[in-house]
Order: sequence, then C-alpha cells, then structure tokens
Amino acid sequence: MTQVPSIAEEQTAKSSSSSKSVKLRIAKYNPEHDGESKFMEFSIPYERWTTVLEAILKVKKHFDHSVAVRYSCRQATCGSCGMIINGKPRLACFTKISELDSDVVTVEPMNNFPIIRDLAVRFERLFDTHNKVKPYLIREDSEIKSNEKEFLQSPEEVEQYIQFSNCIKCGLCNSACPTMATDSSFIGPQALAQAYRYVADSRDKGKDTRLKIIDESHGIWRCHFAGSCSQVCPKGVDPAMGIQFLRGYLLGFRS
Amino acid sequence: MEPIDENKEGIGGMINPRRYGIERVAYLLMRLSGLGLLAYFIGHIYETSSILKGEVGWDEFLAITQTNEGHAILAIVIAMCVFHTVNGIRVMLGHGGVGVGKPSRPDYPYDPASQNYRHKIGIYSAIVLAAIAMMYGLAVMYGE
Repeated sequence: MTQVPSIAEEQTAKSSSSSKSVKLRIAKYNPEHDGESKFMEFSIPYERWTTVLEAILKVKKHFDHSVAVRYSCRQATCGSCGMIINGKPRLACFTKISELDSDVVTVEPMNNFPIIRDLAVRFERLFDTHNKVKPYLIREDSEIKSNEKEFLQSPEEVEQYIQFSNCIKCGLCNSACPTMATDSSFIGPQALAQAYRYVADSRDKGKDTRLKIIDESHGIWRCHFAGSCSQVCPKGVDPAMGIQFLRGYLLGFRS
Repeated sequence: MEPIDENKEGIGGMINPRRYGIERVAYLLMRLSGLGLLAYFIGHIYETSSILKGEVGWDEFLAITQTNEGHAILAIVIAMCVFHTVNGIRVMLGHGGVGVGKPSRPDYPYDPASQNYRHKIGIYSAIVLAAIAMMYGLAVMYGE
C-alpha cells in the first residue's frame, strides 16, 4: 500500500526542490534621516508560483526584518502592496517572479506618492481626491424612506459601471500617470474613474455635481489619454475609458 | 509647514516611453511635435519678418532654407505637422469617448478596452503618414 504524503511533507519536498534563485533588490529609504534611496540585494530561492510579496516577506523573515512594506490580503483585493517592480507599478502579491522573466527583481516605492519608509507610501492624497468626487450614490430619497427595498437595475444598467466598481484604491494608476509625475494638483485617474463609476450608475442623481467638481484646470482636462493608468490596473478597471466618457459628457458627445 | 516630498517621477518619468507600449510613445511624440511646431512657428515669424529689411535681406534669409540643414529642418517640420494632426484627431475622438470601447465586466488578463486596435492603428498610421510626408517633402525640396 502506497503511503500518501501529508500536506506538510509535500510542502517540505516542494520547498527543497527549488533550484532557481533571483536577486531581489529592495529600495531602502527613510526620509527622516536618509539623504537618498539605497538598494539592498538578497538572493532568494523561488518557485514558479512565488510572488514578489512572498520574496519580500522571506527577506523580512530571514535577512532584514526592518524592511517596511504594506500588505494584507495577499490576493489582489486589499490594494495595499502596490510598488514599482522592475520599473512598472504592480501589486507585489499579484506579480509572480517567474512571470517577470528576469534574474533581477528591483522593488521600489510607488512614484507620485510620498514615501513613509522603504516600500510603504502615504495614501492620504489618493483618499482625499477619491472623497472629493463624492464616491457614493447621490439622490434625494433613500432606500430606507422608499417603499421599495432596493433600487432595481437592469443587467445592461449594471454593465455601465460594474467594471469601475472593481477599483481597490491601490494607487497603481496614479503612479503610472504621466500627468501625476509633474502636477501635484492633478486629481488623478483613480478619482476620475470613480467619478465616472457613479455618474454612469442609473441610481445616481449627482452627475452635474460631480462634473462640476472635475471641470477645473487641474481636473479632467489635465488627462492627455496616455492610457498608462489602464495598462497597470490589476483589476481591469480601465480608468482611461471612464475618463474619456466623462469628458464626453463635458464636451457634449454624451448626455 | 515643511512641504512633503511627493516622490514625483518628474519630467524624466513623464517622457520615458519605454514602459507602457505604443500609447506612451505617441504621448511623447505628441508633446515633442507640439513643442517643435511652436518653435517652428516662432522661427517662421522671425524669418518672414526679414522682408522688412528689403529684397536682399529676404533673399539672404531664404537662402538659409535652401541648404541641406534647412531641408532637414523643414522635413522634420513636415513630419511633426502630419503626426501632430493625425494623432491629434485620434486623441480628440478619444477625448469625446469615441472608439474607446464600452464598459463591460473585465476578464483576466484584463486587456484595457480603451487601448484597443483602433487607437493602435491610429498611432501607427500617424507615424507612417508622417514618414511618407517627410520623404515626399524631401523629394520635392531636392527636386526629384
């Protein structure tokens, strides 16, 4: 009779079968006392399924526990672990080392966000701009006062905005945006995409209010349709599409 | 209060065309051609103002454009003009929400619908037309 190995035994066997290793370069920077960012290098064994976040956590566990990194769900849902991986903004938990096709993996904090330390950045501005576009349904009545228990929508009406409701506020779009790279006052693709998410919702009555908020010099007109925001979105939100539709409303292409 | 370092990528990051595909290349070329055309416009006004110096002054300045360097600059201007026009039409249509796809439930690997083949064709067309116009311009300038 063949003995079935336990899960623990299987994991031990798999971990010992690892033959590849990658050079992981982590940006280390503390704005309180460092003049500039420095890179620390670690050789990390990895499997086909090992993510960049797992590699960073290996570094924290075995080599340098002081590496500052924000993470939580490890499944591309919380939006915490956004960082620049080999030059592009990505979620560390959603990026496998094997998919990067490189012997060197360089991780840096996201651009266009103030650095707290190492890979952790401040999100205050992203949340401020997100709040600025009133990310909630605006209407005079409410579900509680209405005779009906819910606001019914057809599948077609849901399709208009459901893509944009996938936003996890990871900030990768703002990090990739060329306007954000130079304009500190630009509202950013994340907030604009969320403005469209509610404008396109048939239950919402706040379209004019939101269009007024984004119709300013550092608002929607600073988007030049480079599309980088959509290319880096880990949830398929496509902010560039939402922004162009919003502008369509303002230019009279849409009603 | 001390200003917070926002860790901005800056102009170097803004003009880096290597990371985000042909759309970001078009973004860079659009800016470069716009600035180039603005510079040409200013130069053109300066050039035509030389007519105030009389026929001799006008002929002397016009002779500069008949050199190899002058032809090269004019050829680049033609290319910038054509690219900026064609890509500008693409971007203007996109800004109105035309040709950017329609919202739908995203499926992995989440190819963005706004970066679709229509816009890619528009960008490549702008580049090819600019190259053709530049070559035609050179052929006319050298009288072939």
